[in-house]
Amino acid sequence: MSSPASTPSRRRGKRGRGSNPPTPQDARSPPSQKRRTDDSTSTGDLQPMPTSPPADVQSPGAADALFSSPPQFRHSAIPLDFDISSPLTYGTPSSRVEGTPRSGVRGTPVRQRPDLGSVRKARQVDLHSDGLTEDIVATEQSLGQKLVIWGTDVNVASCKEKFQRFLQRFIDPLDKEDEDIGLDLNEPRYMQRLQEINMVGEPFLNVNCDHLRSFDENLYRQLICYPQEVIPTFDMAANEIFFDRYPDSILEHQIQVRPYNALKTRNMRNLNPEDIDQLITISGMVIRSSQLIPEMQEAFFRCQVCAFTTRVEIDRGRIAEPSVCKNCNTMHSMALIHNRSMFSDKQMIKLQESPEDMPAGQTPHTVVLFAHNDLVDKVQPGDRVNVTGIYRAVPIRVNPRVSSVKSVYKTHIDVIHYRKTDSKRLHAVDEETEQKRFTEERVEILKELSRKADIYERLALALAPSIYEHEDIKKGILLQLFGGSRKDFTHTGRGNFRAEINILLCGDPGTSKSQLLQYVYNLVPRGQYTSGRGSSAVGLTACVMKDPETRQLVLQTGALVLSDNGICCIDEFDKMNESTRSVLHEVMEQQTLSIAKAGIICQLNARTSILAAANPIESQWNPKKTTIENIQLPHTLLSRFDLIFLMLDPRDEAYDRRLARHLVSLYYQSEEKMEEEYMDMAVLRDYIAYARSYVNPRLGEEASQALIEAYVDMRKIGSGRGMVSAYPRQLESLIRLAEAHAKVRFSEKVETTDVEEAKRLHREALKQSATDPRTGIVDISILTTGMSATARKRKEELAQALRKLIQSKGKAPSLKYQQLLDDLRAQSDTAVTKEMFEEALRALADEDFLTVTGKTVRLL
Amino acid sequence: MPCVGDWLNNPLSIVQGIFAQNVPNSDWEKKVTEYFKEKLKENNATNWVPSLNDVPVHYLKPNSLVKFRCMVQDMFDPEFYMGVYETVDPNTNARVLHFGKYRDVAECGPQQEIDLNSSQTVTLERQTLYCVPVPGESAWVKEISFLTELARVSPSTSYTPSRHKRSYEEDEDMDLHPSKQKEQHMGNSYCSGGDIHGCVEPKRLETEASAGHHLISPNCSPPLDLNFPLPGEKGPACLVKVYESWESFKVNDVLEVFGVLSVDPVLSIVNSEERDSSTLDPMECMDTAEEQRVHSPPASLVPRIHVILAQKLQHINPLLPACLNEEESKTCEFVSNFMSELSPVRAELLGFLTHALLGDSLAAEYLILHLISTVYARRDVLPLGKFTVNLSGCPRHSVFTEHLYRLIQQLVPASHLLQMTIESMNHSRFIPHKDYTANRLVSGLLQLASNTSLVIDETQLEQGQLDTAGVHNVTALGNLITWQKVDYDFNYHRMEFPCNINVLITSEGRSLLPSDCQVHLQPQIIPPNMEEYMSSLLTAVLPSVLNKFRIYLSLLRLLDYSISDEVTKAVEEDFVEMRKNDPESVTADDLHKMLLVARFLSLSAGQTTLSRERWLRAKQLEALRKARLQQQKCVNGNEL
Repeated sequence: MSSPASTPSRRRGKRGRGSNPPTPQDARSPPSQKRRTDDSTSTGDLQPMPTSPPADVQSPGAADALFSSPPQFRHSAIPLDFDISSPLTYGTPSSRVEGTPRSGVRGTPVRQRPDLGSVRKARQVDLHSDGLTEDIVATEQSLGQKLVIWGTDVNVASCKEKFQRFLQRFIDPLDKEDEDIGLDLNEPRYMQRLQEINMVGEPFLNVNCDHLRSFDENLYRQLICYPQEVIPTFDMAANEIFFDRYPDSILEHQIQVRPYNALKTRNMRNLNPEDIDQLITISGMVIRSSQLIPEMQEAFFRCQVCAFTTRVEIDRGRIAEPSVCKNCNTMHSMALIHNRSMFSDKQMIKLQESPEDMPAGQTPHTVVLFAHNDLVDKVQPGDRVNVTGIYRAVPIRVNPRVSSVKSVYKTHIDVIHYRKTDSKRLHAVDEETEQKRFTEERVEILKELSRKADIYERLALALAPSIYEHEDIKKGILLQLFGGSRKDFTHTGRGNFRAEINILLCGDPGTSKSQLLQYVYNLVPRGQYTSGRGSSAVGLTACVMKDPETRQLVLQTGALVLSDNGICCIDEFDKMNESTRSVLHEVMEQQTLSIAKAGIICQLNARTSILAAANPIESQWNPKKTTIENIQLPHTLLSRFDLIFLMLDPRDEAYDRRLARHLVSLYYQSEEKMEEEYMDMAVLRDYIAYARSYVNPRLGEEASQALIEAYVDMRKIGSGRGMVSAYPRQLESLIRLAEAHAKVRFSEKVETTDVEEAKRLHREALKQSATDPRTGIVDISILTTGMSATARKRKEELAQALRKLIQSKGKAPSLKYQQLLDDLRAQSDTAVTKEMFEEALRALADEDFLTVTGKTVRLL
Repeated sequence: MPCVGDWLNNPLSIVQGIFAQNVPNSDWEKKVTEYFKEKLKENNATNWVPSLNDVPVHYLKPNSLVKFRCMVQDMFDPEFYMGVYETVDPNTNARVLHFGKYRDVAECGPQQEIDLNSSQTVTLERQTLYCVPVPGESAWVKEISFLTELARVSPSTSYTPSRHKRSYEEDEDMDLHPSKQKEQHMGNSYCSGGDIHGCVEPKRLETEASAGHHLISPNCSPPLDLNFPLPGEKGPACLVKVYESWESFKVNDVLEVFGVLSVDPVLSIVNSEERDSSTLDPMECMDTAEEQRVHSPPASLVPRIHVILAQKLQHINPLLPACLNEEESKTCEFVSNFMSELSPVRAELLGFLTHALLGDSLAAEYLILHLISTVYARRDVLPLGKFTVNLSGCPRHSVFTEHLYRLIQQLVPASHLLQMTIESMNHSRFIPHKDYTANRLVSGLLQLASNTSLVIDETQLEQGQLDTAGVHNVTALGNLITWQKVDYDFNYHRMEFPCNINVLITSEGRSLLPSDCQVHLQPQIIPPNMEEYMSSLLTAVLPSVLNKFRIYLSLLRLLDYSISDEVTKAVEEDFVEMRKNDPESVTADDLHKMLLVARFLSLSAGQTTLSRERWLRAKQLEALRKARLQQQKCVNGNEL
């Protein structure tokens, strides 16, 4: 900064300006040399507003030439014209931070805010208007405090004052955000934030616009409409408060206020010309980010003849190289010195509409974002973000050689604040955006629905109406959609309890299992649908990829991670290969996914419910076999399913008749009529979403008793026959089901009725899937050990018979294998297969009674 | 007739006129559309408008009114443009208002400058659709739709439309004659023809020159991929700029648009300059070079159409009135006329297809049902009305499928033959995917318009290894058949696009793809020379009869259908009875099938309600079909 002549004064001026509202002008005002000198002098003259120079920067003439806010936009929206006005910003005494002698403010450098100002702005200084400006300024002064920024209704002083009041007073004990860890909700929230800034040293103050709105509606409106003027004022206010409190604090640069969650949150599709130059919040997915672009803010030139130096600020994205040295008048002697030029970071990001916002049958829209300075590289492709920023439109540059201009504007958003929605999900289940969706009327409708006595049946009926009957299965799936309550036992060392309910459907092909899965997948917002045949373990979990642009390793998440907080539908579960299926073990109980590959070791959340469908191994369900035998899935996996349903084709005349009527109606009813008959899919979706985010039932005393009884009963059934028929896992399942049922009723407390239904459903599912085909008794051990208790008993008996047989043969040291089998068969009253025989031999070998070598059996 | 020239050749001048009259208020836009709507309603005026489908771009006059029948392949982001702008003459300070609608370039005189900061400027929004000609459109559709309106655009001999002349040249000639006469009649009214031509010539040279320039320029060195869903498609792709109700347009919709053609070479110049300057300062360059290439391709290759009127098409069959829903007496008359002669047409078609299917009348019956099937509703995820037929027992390694496809091509407006081989499965692009570098939806084979016939030839498939792409492709085909939807790949997520495609699979045994109904072909005749036999079939049919077939298939697809309570009862009874007798073999699926067959059988006879007889006939057909399959199983079993 040690450049001679006018530069020092200018630097000072700059700092001054920066410390006060670093309005866009900061970044771009390229005041001519002449004016600069003017500045310094005028600083002397006009006491109350020392840096009048900016004032003439803002001369109306200059404003006229402005590009980035073509007046036509102003036309469409409420007229806003900051640039013209900003001089007044400086003109108002109270707005000048420089005027307030605070060492802290002075000592901390200002960081330009390219996010607010567009560097592309044309700044033409109209010398003719100089005098005029003075006049204006004069009149302004006489008007005193009633000044507003030109083109807006913003009065800097009152705006600042209001915002300071907001910072100092705003308390909302009810509104809890996930970032609020360690905040005392009964104290002014933003004062605590400032304290945090003092401790941490990150000079950014995020302000929730929603808070601001509830505090001061008018201020909020101003912020939305004139962000370019209001935010610098906020900056100023925040800095004043901050350095007042912590005068010794050392920050990298002055605090910048970053508003977020502008209630004008919109879908990308709703952006229209009226939003230009307003503060908006949109959500979307990052699809591409450019590399860092160093953007020159100020070029430094030195004359190669006399070493005279000068600085040139960027003007409409271009640097005007001085052709003549001011000092020695040599032509073309100025050379750019890169090292002394000033650059700022910039990044171009493409944001695509999130899939949920897209209307069916259309392709997603994209919008360009520009991130500046600290916000560069904050997001990566694939991230879902809520972006708050200022919407801009820039005409495609006039081509000097062609008189006609492309009549199209380019639009982009200057980012002020990012909020990653994905990373948030890692902390807690906070579906903020989803909660917002419900209007009060909607909630009322949903609550009205929930009070109906038959809501459970009604919802179950609304689920996949095209699939006929199978009511219990639909009820099961309904409960799965609602899920249990989340419980956290981390402090006692057990971690999270699974709240998700997993369901397996098995049965004959052609019983519309896939259709059910498809329906569920279409119903839930975060559903994934995969087929066991086509998916690999990598596709389900995550894979590490090298980003072609950055050469950086990136974790690409698979179906299970993507359906976090949703439902992962897996069709043809049985066709999945062993290694793929093994991934599910962790997901289905721990609800996490551990990944260790290519140097990335991490644990991802996969709190997903699994709805799987499997076909029997023999293509037709064999009622003489157990579930395990029919679908050939490892029992370790099966026991992780809360409910296992058989979907079989019932043989019943009345059923057939109803089915026929149902199907025929499908084939001629018009679409509208069908819609009427059932509950709308949208209502169902909202109902579930509402229950999932707002209802969190807890077990009541009675319900706990009922559960205990139910569990004890289940254990008792088995103990009578010397086996265990229920495990803690079953109890957990029952609890989850009961909670889900309470959620269906929007009830905060689990009642005995919920437990009853959970028990009924659980029993129903068990009856179907865990019945021992040989004895007809419900036997949970089929699912937990893969073998029914009777089968195990029979195995033991056979081994004993074999032992007796061998012992009866006397002292022969070795026996022929085949003969032994024949003898055993002759002796036994049931058919003995070769496998059974071998199993018995193995059991005896384990007891060190004999060894089998090839075709001979030796006694030990 | 008043001079057509104006609204046809220079629609912008009309717009300018209307704009000048109504300038302060914004309803001039409405008036413009109304004006053109009126104009196009006049006696067959739509036929006068040259079509981009037919006439090469460089024969069309820039800024003239054109029409284009197309499918929406991709949608770009909406763009903001200057709806109204003001120009200033720096010398005289005279200010003039202009409209920016229907224009790519804000025009102003040589001595004028655009005042970007004028308070008069109005910013508006429009949407750009990337449109391609309807994929797989049959040649006859083009021939018939442009027969009557052709050649007027360039009356000189310099241009003769190059159309594929197929084997039935006689009928084309026959059809051509009346149109030629018509043309002579119109010659008089076409007074302005001469001067159109006069100004077309130099313009054409100009555009061609600029096109040539582009090909040479290094920026364009790799040829631009016009992104057609099907390989080997020709025709212009077009950037269609829509000004109103663009929310109603969806990807894969078939549209007919009337609008102002814009091929201003300035567009390309602006582009290239931008590209040059972008190297200078990276800040300006929001888009990558690929994206620029795709989103603003040279206008000579991808012309722009600024839509004045757009209409979604239910079908593209030129033999039918464009819109059947309208309560117009004309349409009703047309429908009732055709209905009266329905049964002979059906009989003839059945005969024709029976011959084509080597004498198998059952298969021919099913083929008719298949050809008039359409997804008429979706019940949550279940599409209703799809009827995929798997024609098994087709002779292996013969040209049978190919010839069958050629016949189908002659009957339906849009079709595609997919040769299923290991090679093609592994290497072709079935699912459209989003290319984020170029920011466009790269098309795939399965991006087809509604009611396109997709014939899959599985007889060519050999044993071999499918790679990942192959598995994805087969899965996509399976999804298409079962759910009538294609999951477009957006890299980070998938998006489901419902579709309505008639799939016919020919295979030797049962197809590996799912199907609604498998018909085993039982050839009665084995012609010694398949090729000769099949092509002779087509020549044997009179063109007028062929046209009737075409109307028959397209029309019946659009009819409504219902089942009375009485018949419902009967069907119920029947089903219960069948289940009683044989619970194993009759399932809900079978009932589905039978109801489908009954639906299409009724429709194919022109009946919009199910009668008891039709139901019985449907049952009978199904029984025959099943018996055949059973029989085939036995044969195979014995062989094994």
